[in-house]
Amino acid sequence: MPRITIRVQAEAFDSAHETALLLRGHEDVGGVAAFTGIVRGGGGLVALELEHYPGMTESMMRRIAESACARFGLVGCTVIHRVGRLAVGMPIVLVLCASAHRGAAQEGTAFMMDWLKTSAPFWKREEFENGHSAWVEPRAQDEAAKARWGSLTA
Amino acid sequence: MLRILYFAWLRDRLGRSGETLPLPQGAHCVQDLIAALRARGGEYAAIFAKPELIRVAVNQSFATIAAPIAAHDEIAFFPPVTGG
Repeated sequence: MPRITIRVQAEAFDSAHETALLLRGHEDVGGVAAFTGIVRGGGGLVALELEHYPGMTESMMRRIAESACARFGLVGCTVIHRVGRLAVGMPIVLVLCASAHRGAAQEGTAFMMDWLKTSAPFWKREEFENGHSAWVEPRAQDEAAKARWGSLTA
Repeated sequence: MLRILYFAWLRDRLGRSGETLPLPQGAHCVQDLIAALRARGGEYAAIFAKPELIRVAVNQSFATIAAPIAAHDEIAFFPPVTGG
């Protein structure tokens, strides 16, 4: 069984620590691909407020992770998504995929990010320096990126 | 009782994150529930005026407005998600 870790939390995460946990006791891993999402500034953005649907979010994240492990033959993966208020420059999401070979780990990471952005129930509200705030609209290119993988269970 | 949840801008507009109510008379699917909520008027009518902008989950699984509902379901309404 692949080692899967899913967490939704307000606190920061430590990528090196999470990588060590993912690898512990696994000698069949040839590589770990990692993606860390960062709150990107610009246009006067100060922070993002991240909201989620407790319960459903975790179960969707687990489905996505299980699907990635099955599809790419991953040894394990870790997905941590932060919620609450995150200032520009703060890490917001971590995806780690461990596998015997590089390609599967990298593809698994891309697959999970594409699905997380469009199918895990998180919503972002942008907060600007002039005090204005607005909910982030979904982007067509995110849907297109997910569509290239076909269905979640394929 | 139905448990209804609202997220993101829907919650902001309604000024509440959720409510419980009995299954409306004659309501068999999500669409029927939306019709009952729209009939309240005000912000309810406004947020459900364009159902294509809204996503729904029944018992924490994504669903369509044609999905059947029963008396003790948890129905969540929210905008398309923007995580990651």
